[in-house]
Amino acid sequence: MSKKNKAILPDPSELKEEILSKYPKKVAKKRAGSIVINDPEEHQVQQSNVRTIPGIITQRGCCYAGCKGVVLGPTRDIVNLTHGPIGCGFYSWLTRRNQTDAGADGTNFIPYCFSTDMQDSNIVFGGEKKLAQAIREAYEIFKPHAISIFSTCPVGLIGDDIHTVARTMKKELGINVFGFSCEGYKGVSQSAGHHIANNRIFTDVVGLDDSVRPGKYRINLLGEYNIGGDAFELENYFEEIGITLVSTFSGNSSILDFENSHMVDLNMVMCHRSINYIAEMMEKKYGVPWIKVNFIGAEATAKSLRKIAEYFEDDEMMAKVEKLIRREMQEVTDTLKDVKPRCEGKLAMMFVGGSRAHHYQELFTEIGMQTVSAGYEFAHRDDYEGRKVLGSIKVDADSRNIEELEVEKDEKLFRKDLPEKKAKLEAKGYKFSDYEGMMPDMDKNSLVIDDISHWESEKLIEYYKPAIFCAGIKEKYVIQKYGIPLKQLHSYDYGGPFAGFKGAVNFYKEIDRMVNTRIWKLIPPPWKDQPEIVAKFADAEY
Amino acid sequence: MLLRHTPKEIKERSALTVNPAKTCQPIGAMYAALGIHGCLPHSHGSQGCCSYHRSTLTRHYKEPVMAATSSFTEGSSVFGGQANLLTAINNIFTIYEPDVIAIHSTCLSETIGDDLKQISEKAKEEGKVPLGKHVIYCNTPSYVGSHVTGYANMLKGIVDYFPESTGKKVDCLNLISGWVEPADMREVKRMAKMMGANTIIFPDTSDVLDAPQTGRYTMYPKGGTSISELIASGNSKASLGFGEWATKDAAIKLENKCKVPFEITDLPIGLCATDRFVQALSKLAEVTIPESITTERGRLVDVITDYQQYLYGKRVALWGDPDQLIPLVEFLLDLDMKPVYIVSGTPGKKMAAKLEKLLSEKVPEARYKNGELADMFLMHQWIKNEPVDLLIGNSYGKYISRDENIPFLRMGFPIMDRVGHSYFPTVGYMGGIRILEKILGLLMDKQDADSPETSFELVM
Repeated sequence: MSKKNKAILPDPSELKEEILSKYPKKVAKKRAGSIVINDPEEHQVQQSNVRTIPGIITQRGCCYAGCKGVVLGPTRDIVNLTHGPIGCGFYSWLTRRNQTDAGADGTNFIPYCFSTDMQDSNIVFGGEKKLAQAIREAYEIFKPHAISIFSTCPVGLIGDDIHTVARTMKKELGINVFGFSCEGYKGVSQSAGHHIANNRIFTDVVGLDDSVRPGKYRINLLGEYNIGGDAFELENYFEEIGITLVSTFSGNSSILDFENSHMVDLNMVMCHRSINYIAEMMEKKYGVPWIKVNFIGAEATAKSLRKIAEYFEDDEMMAKVEKLIRREMQEVTDTLKDVKPRCEGKLAMMFVGGSRAHHYQELFTEIGMQTVSAGYEFAHRDDYEGRKVLGSIKVDADSRNIEELEVEKDEKLFRKDLPEKKAKLEAKGYKFSDYEGMMPDMDKNSLVIDDISHWESEKLIEYYKPAIFCAGIKEKYVIQKYGIPLKQLHSYDYGGPFAGFKGAVNFYKEIDRMVNTRIWKLIPPPWKDQPEIVAKFADAEY
Repeated sequence: MLLRHTPKEIKERSALTVNPAKTCQPIGAMYAALGIHGCLPHSHGSQGCCSYHRSTLTRHYKEPVMAATSSFTEGSSVFGGQANLLTAINNIFTIYEPDVIAIHSTCLSETIGDDLKQISEKAKEEGKVPLGKHVIYCNTPSYVGSHVTGYANMLKGIVDYFPESTGKKVDCLNLISGWVEPADMREVKRMAKMMGANTIIFPDTSDVLDAPQTGRYTMYPKGGTSISELIASGNSKASLGFGEWATKDAAIKLENKCKVPFEITDLPIGLCATDRFVQALSKLAEVTIPESITTERGRLVDVITDYQQYLYGKRVALWGDPDQLIPLVEFLLDLDMKPVYIVSGTPGKKMAAKLEKLLSEKVPEARYKNGELADMFLMHQWIKNEPVDLLIGNSYGKYISRDENIPFLRMGFPIMDRVGHSYFPTVGYMGGIRILEKILGLLMDKQDADSPETSFELVM
């Protein structure tokens, strides 16, 4: 987004010291690298994607959550079968609010939770037979196009071979069956699960359907999960500007679209963290280039739409884009005129995800609010510092366990024209495969914190007294007990959409409502400042 | 249709659970531990477990739910989680200063065989547990039982650690609470006070998970059973556990450990279960049942007599936990309603036996199942074969309710889409009135919505 005029905030070194002083020495040393006082002009290393310190009270979840919950959860026509004790399947059942249109074929398994509900006998004697039988039963009852298996912690430990079961059942049933070894303990956060999901989708699904979908231009939108209907908004834009959206990974998605997703002219990456792997692999194998887009924020949306039209070098499309922007910006401008005076100058902070903590700063900037501190829950250094650091990231033991696929060129389907197009555009300054990260966009002396702990958020609140704090459900009511509203940026507090122009309008209004609602002022009872009256009553004898 | 793939035809399943009517043990242990004052629950497993449990409890209560995790990695899963847990204990006491850390295991740490007793002793030996602070623990393998089992196991862990017997009994009754809402625990305390009984209740999540908005966050809210009370419970003259699945093991343990005799009753949900609870309380605490309690009972009976016509013969499908379902079924029968379908993922043969006793004569057509494969999918199929007038269960019922156009009363765990369950009790006579108010509201709203204009009633 690159804000032009960056502000200089007060130096929070003292706050950082105070935060660290509470920690045991070793912990303080480890956390020091994750708390960085930002300087957008200087390149600084942001420690991230490292192990969470036990007991510190983290926001993070696990590998399974990243794989099943985030990446595969929103796909409506796969029976997503959790292999494990009941909890993992239960907790990831409908809780991420990925909205779905069941489409023409009417297949939608999202409201269902499928589990092998492993019992102690399965732990002792192995759960492979039960898994195979569960797949058989799922097929008999639901007749899905595909079934996928998600491993939970004990599965890896007892050595159930889900991939062999998947292959056997694929043969037996004649449908696609594939497994994800996404045991919760893998990696250091949800991020490992994203990677595992990307890998298996790429090897077992992408490329199964080589047909060419109708339309002049074909694209994929990667890393958009249709929380609160975000993807629905964007689908309309693509249709309007004359682009065929082959697949979205994975909001409002169908596995049939994934199968065909390699037959496109361009990949657009929304959430860089969770999906860049597929973008990279598709480029290597099929020659499809990718660009980073951002549809959070009105200006960012306009910029992204223009960038797409520039890629296709199509004047007609550009005219449509400009028309769309002009039309949609009217409501944006009108809303800003109303909302901005009530929000301007207020402080925000956000600790969430692997892109949202960056993208949402854009929206706050548009209503004149300043992001004083931000950080990701499960991002890597490239999400903070930009992809330029990719070559220099040291791969540690936790990441080494996550498979890095060797991808080769598909001689038959490789689009030779696309790399040529890419080279030509690059020569004109058009940026591909590029993400500059969060830090260059943040103000000087803003505090960038990776994998923030509960203690750190407490201290931040005391220090900055922000008007709003953005995080997730676990943090929501903690922060609100301070009398400060918390906006959930995972679930949107059951609102949305927040993507695109309409989404921006929704968000401005939402933040205005949250920071200006009367209830925060009504917290102290009216008698709080009248001690003498209370004392009189208390002393009197009745 | 949201559950459009649920067929009417029921096929036998032996391995696939669809739309479960239970979740796993650790979340119950976490909830129970929150009922100790100054306690931080700790999940010994992968980060996801702790995150999922905190999220689910938070969605249910809309309150801070604090807990820590051992953050297992692949390394700790291979070499054991001892180092992680020792680090966690040290960090938690240093940074968050709780009085108690209540550790529960997970399927991961259970499968690798981490010994919580040995690790917590080692933490003590290494000076990681400050003087006057406590580390308690329980085993909660997710592949055994359900969330209710986990709750029961944490209560056992509490009893294992705290109660002490001086050999001299005092005039005090332990109330061991089953898995109920903060409002229910508050209501039980109110009733005991009305009866003049001297009691210690544990766990007690009132003033923890229904804390007021004061503009000041405190990590350890004022509620929760205090450590001194938990220690003193060993000297009480008796224990009354309400909710057999949740409390019986702890009550037995306390009897064995400190010679505190016990009785178990159903959760006091509805008329007769509350009668038995009140009588047991009166007997064990050696107090008379005051007029004020009798009056409350009378009010409940009065509401039933006033509105019986709207309840008679109405078919109900229920899902949830045995401790709630059994007295609730009994109550529905007392209302002349017909609980026809009942499922619970929580195992235990005694549930079927109890339901058999309650239902065999009054509702011979009733179908019920608990344990493995007793899921909401099966219940929905039963409904598709012969519909019901009312659904009672947790929030996941809203999908069936909408698809089948059936009124839906939210009771149980989790309730993520409505307010009230944590503030207004469903136990005791007053709780009975609340259940009735809810049921009647739903049935009468439906009548109002469906009745032809000619017979639309003002007075009902």
